[in-house]
Amino acid sequence: MSGRRIMTADEIRRATIRLSHEIVEKQAGTDGLLLVGIQRRGVPLARRLASAIAENEGAQVPVGALDITFYRDDLSLVAQQPVVKGTELPFGIDGRTVVLVDDVLYTGRTIRAAMDALVDFGRPQAIRLAVLVDRGHRELPIRADHVGKNVPTSREEIVRVHLEETDGEDGVEIERVAELELTGEPVG
Amino acid sequence: MTDVLEGDATTDVVIPTIAASKEGQPVGWRHRHLLDVDDLTMADLDLVMRTTDAMTEVLGRPIARVPALRGRTVTILFYEASTRTRVSFEVAAKNLSADVVNIAASTSSVTKGESLVDTIRTVEALGAQMLVLRHHVSGAPYLAADTFGGSVLNAGDGWHAHPTQALLDLFTMRSRLAGGALNGLRGRKVVILGDVLHSRVARSNIWALTTAGVDLWLCGPSTLLHGFDAWARSAAIGGRRITVTSEVAVALRDADVVMALRIQRERMASGLLPSLREYAARYGLTAERLSLAAPGALVMHPGPMNEGVEIASDVAAGAQSVITDQVANGVAVRMALLYLLAGAPGAGAAAPAS
Repeated sequence: MSGRRIMTADEIRRATIRLSHEIVEKQAGTDGLLLVGIQRRGVPLARRLASAIAENEGAQVPVGALDITFYRDDLSLVAQQPVVKGTELPFGIDGRTVVLVDDVLYTGRTIRAAMDALVDFGRPQAIRLAVLVDRGHRELPIRADHVGKNVPTSREEIVRVHLEETDGEDGVEIERVAELELTGEPVG
Repeated sequence: MTDVLEGDATTDVVIPTIAASKEGQPVGWRHRHLLDVDDLTMADLDLVMRTTDAMTEVLGRPIARVPALRGRTVTILFYEASTRTRVSFEVAAKNLSADVVNIAASTSSVTKGESLVDTIRTVEALGAQMLVLRHHVSGAPYLAADTFGGSVLNAGDGWHAHPTQALLDLFTMRSRLAGGALNGLRGRKVVILGDVLHSRVARSNIWALTTAGVDLWLCGPSTLLHGFDAWARSAAIGGRRITVTSEVAVALRDADVVMALRIQRERMASGLLPSLREYAARYGLTAERLSLAAPGALVMHPGPMNEGVEIASDVAAGAQSVITDQVANGVAVRMALLYLLAGAPGAGAAAPAS
């Protein structure tokens, strides 16, 4: 990690537990609840939320994975991030409450694409959104129902979420865009 | 052959192009056109295969359609008769939400003498961003690529190339033989049996399969293998393994895949074959011949088949046949290629919006 750390592993753990309580509270239980992580880091986050809910409520909430690559409005990203990671929704979503889970909420375009993808699978009773970090700068009328941490940022900054499952360790950091240009990794 | 197979199973042979495609380090797609398989690296093939996996998942959804190519026009221009390839491209493009325009040369201004270049300029002026072209003249898609402002996909040109067929064949073998890992095809014995000389399917398969490290055998009457000895020798310099033989029993022994090619009746007239009956007797893929291959060997055919000539009906419909898989995989592979080409640098992809 090279940027300024804004969440430690402990803070991520506490935020995840709080989010799991909020999700259950809003639904008034776990009936009809589904957690769907957006590829890539939304998927391990959704699994963590599910295990937190299992611990608190003793109920298993099904977890799915959504890849929104084919729903993006910018095909030119194909050349940079070509490998599709896959969608796995091993359940019907009709009439259920689907909680979309992602690591960072920024422009909202990823969430717009995720909602488009989701409704191709059925008609959920409600779609909600849980994110670990909300960094502002929305370009679409989208807001999160559950937020781990609100982080004021400028557009010249990039927020990187690291999770043990995908990156070997937990942590959130922020860095200037000049450093981003060296690695060229786009963010949602 | 056996020692090679065992050697590959225990030692992880590292080829530079494979290392570049290791998990976690995706390589970008840099091809604007798909004219043949000869310029695709192992990393390119791997990317096409992985993207095809994702398209296979899309095809299994309740609504097998994604908006990836919304607002793009795919024009399908065929100068030869075809059912499966043309329909497969059309279904693939529609599954990606593209607008599809179909032109058959037999019902277009081509019959009034319009040249290929003029037809392509017209198609482009009418708004096509991607052109799927089949032409009876080898090399026609290369001329099209020089003229057309978007991406050209070769859907078969003369005897030269049929890249999407080769890639769907590769995907079928990877799924059935290698558990979805392209590396797993390394050292496997694949036999292409029949009229190799006139086959664009065979030529593109030679490139795709040898790039994937397959132990490739070409088998047929010597009149239909003319010139392939020289190809095999020059390919060996580049580390590609091709064996050319007219001995069907030698070729089939312990094979993991047997791909029979279509025999066209007009080959008889040109004196290359004495008769269909003699061909069927000496080279037809029968159950007896297939028993020489490895147990569970895959039977493939690019279609359309002459049952009872190059392949026996019971073999074509038998348990080892994956011919219907090939057709089904064709849609997913073509979706993957349309998608990758549409996002390639220089293909007119929209500027990133987020």
